[in-house]
Amino acid sequence: MYDSGKIITGIVIFVILVTFPIWYNLGRATPPPDPKIDTPVIQALTEKKCIEPKSQMKYTHMKILDEWRHTVVRTQERIYTAADGKQYDMSLQNTCMKCHSNKTQFCDQCHNYLQVKPYCWDCHIAPKEKK
Amino acid sequence: MGLNRRDFLKIAGISGLMGLGGKAALEVLRPGELEASLPKAPPTVAKHWAMVIDTRKLKTEEDLQRCIDACHRTHNVPKIPSAKEEIKWIWTEAYKNAFPDDEHEHLAESVEHKKFLTFCNHCTNPPCVRVCPTQATFKRADGIVMMDFHRCIGCRFCMAGCPYGSRSFNWGDPRRYLKEPTNPAFPTRSKGVVEKCNFCEDRLAKGQHPACVEASNGALVFGDLANPNSEVRKLLKENYAIRRKPGLGTYPNLFYLV
Repeated sequence: MYDSGKIITGIVIFVILVTFPIWYNLGRATPPPDPKIDTPVIQALTEKKCIEPKSQMKYTHMKILDEWRHTVVRTQERIYTAADGKQYDMSLQNTCMKCHSNKTQFCDQCHNYLQVKPYCWDCHIAPKEKK
Repeated sequence: MGLNRRDFLKIAGISGLMGLGGKAALEVLRPGELEASLPKAPPTVAKHWAMVIDTRKLKTEEDLQRCIDACHRTHNVPKIPSAKEEIKWIWTEAYKNAFPDDEHEHLAESVEHKKFLTFCNHCTNPPCVRVCPTQATFKRADGIVMMDFHRCIGCRFCMAGCPYGSRSFNWGDPRRYLKEPTNPAFPTRSKGVVEKCNFCEDRLAKGQHPACVEASNGALVFGDLANPNSEVRKLLKENYAIRRKPGLGTYPNLFYLV
């Protein structure tokens, strides 16, 4: 092999660069997300329950919100009837955030961990939080 | 198979009467009963929203400004000093600019130097809806020309289509000029979307009339054009009203009494 020294050095440098993120983060585990629900409104609830069961909300909240924004804006249906028959005003800003008033401790926890950047907050106003 | 032609025709006839003509047949047999059994519409639902603007009652600059402030406060509309970037849902215009078709050099003095409130006309034939490539702007069944900000891609075709200048584009993040949202229950907009007056559909959903109407002390009247007994229809019957650029065939739904 011609120029084996240069090629092998090159390959070694390449492999080091490509695997940099892996060994750089080795042993430094990012803490798993820990969304908090200790807001005053939730604390005051007798039955601490979201509009649908927690297990379902975890996986489908984005679908529910996507559906809501469509039905409210485009078909003017503003009332959501949950599986248990309770009715809610379909509004991220006025319904969800009334209980989950801690956006940084609730929404952002998982969103940051999973590197998802929903653009809800470009327009919708998050409740003020105490720092 | 025991169904002969005679039986088949009998069954078909009866089911046709029950299915298609059932409602109408009921109406013939017991008039009024059907009407009463249908749910009554709340007053904030209409077939054809329209507004009558009595410019004779809007005398001073403060009267106009009060309406503008009420609207912009309700919808978190920022005050941007640069005219090129300004966002406006409702604003004022001189007669010759608002009604260029009806302008001539011997205008009445009461009109010549007056400012007129202008905002989205919620046209019956809206050019902005026609040109929108994503259907972010659409016409609701009740006549409101509505914007779905989630869908707007900021192409600004609607701004080119609107002959009234009712639309503004967010060249930057509007929150730069809106340190504190004036209405925390309503969203702001983001960079790169077009916005305009929504006939306060957010307030209508809550059973309230538009913010400008509430602030106008009776100069602005909002109502159902399809209802012959509505206040807007009465005003239009009794007064001569003009519309902005009627020759374009957009059929605006703002009527001005001058």
